[in-house]
Amino acid sequence: MNTGVKIVKTAKNDDSLWFSICGEIDHHSTKSINKEIDSNLFINSPRSVVLDLSKVDFMDSSGLGLILGRYRMSTELGIEFYIYEPTPAVKKLLKISGCDKFIKVLRKKTEK
Amino acid sequence: MKKRIKYLNRAELSFPSLSQNESLARSFASAFMMQPNPTIDAISDVKCAVSEAVTNSIVHGYRNTKGEIKVKCRLTEDLTLIIDIIDKGCGIEDIDAACEPLFTTNSDGERSGMGFTVMKTLTDNMKVYSKPGRGTRVRLIKKLSDDT
Repeated sequence: MNTGVKIVKTAKNDDSLWFSICGEIDHHSTKSINKEIDSNLFINSPRSVVLDLSKVDFMDSSGLGLILGRYRMSTELGIEFYIYEPTPAVKKLLKISGCDKFIKVLRKKTEK
Repeated sequence: MKKRIKYLNRAELSFPSLSQNESLARSFASAFMMQPNPTIDAISDVKCAVSEAVTNSIVHGYRNTKGEIKVKCRLTEDLTLIIDIIDKGCGIEDIDAACEPLFTTNSDGERSGMGFTVMKTLTDNMKVYSKPGRGTRVRLIKKLSDDT
């Protein structure tokens, strides 16, 4: 069934694993996203993991659970955890929950 | 005498407690609130708050078993949006505790416990009516009128 979400995995040369999440993150779609990310963290154990949230159309607190759960797991496995370019709606939730105080955010490099 | 509130419009949606209906519920609420031409931020806030309430009904109210969820939307003459999310699930023992940030009865670590906090923050008012064994009604109130 279409969960309204697509996840694209990219392994980068610097031994980081990127997961680009496109679509809507809610309780329904987090099930498949969690499964995909968790199995990859265990199998590949990269140096760092990045959740690209720049193409997220919608997120509720289930998405916060997803971010916090992956953050905890990465920390336990000694993997650095980042999120990339969260949309304004995602940023708002990170601020409400206080997650913005400890989740590291990567931003797009702007050309000079 | 109780003042009678006049509604500009109202709509109701009823669906089984399946997780794929979370997106249906928030799309319904956002489609309903389009008429008075609200801001993008207001639409985004309401979608998120409705999604939180419906997810609570599915995960906590019905504990992932089958049940019926109703979403009732109303728009008053002063452009206040009132949305009720109603389930006949297990109800909430201690509403004040449930509304505390990070409170969750789910121990698998995948729930953030921020549902009610998010609903409260993204709306102008939120009320929770619940009786153990009878069900829960969450009322979300959002003013759509622009006074500036």
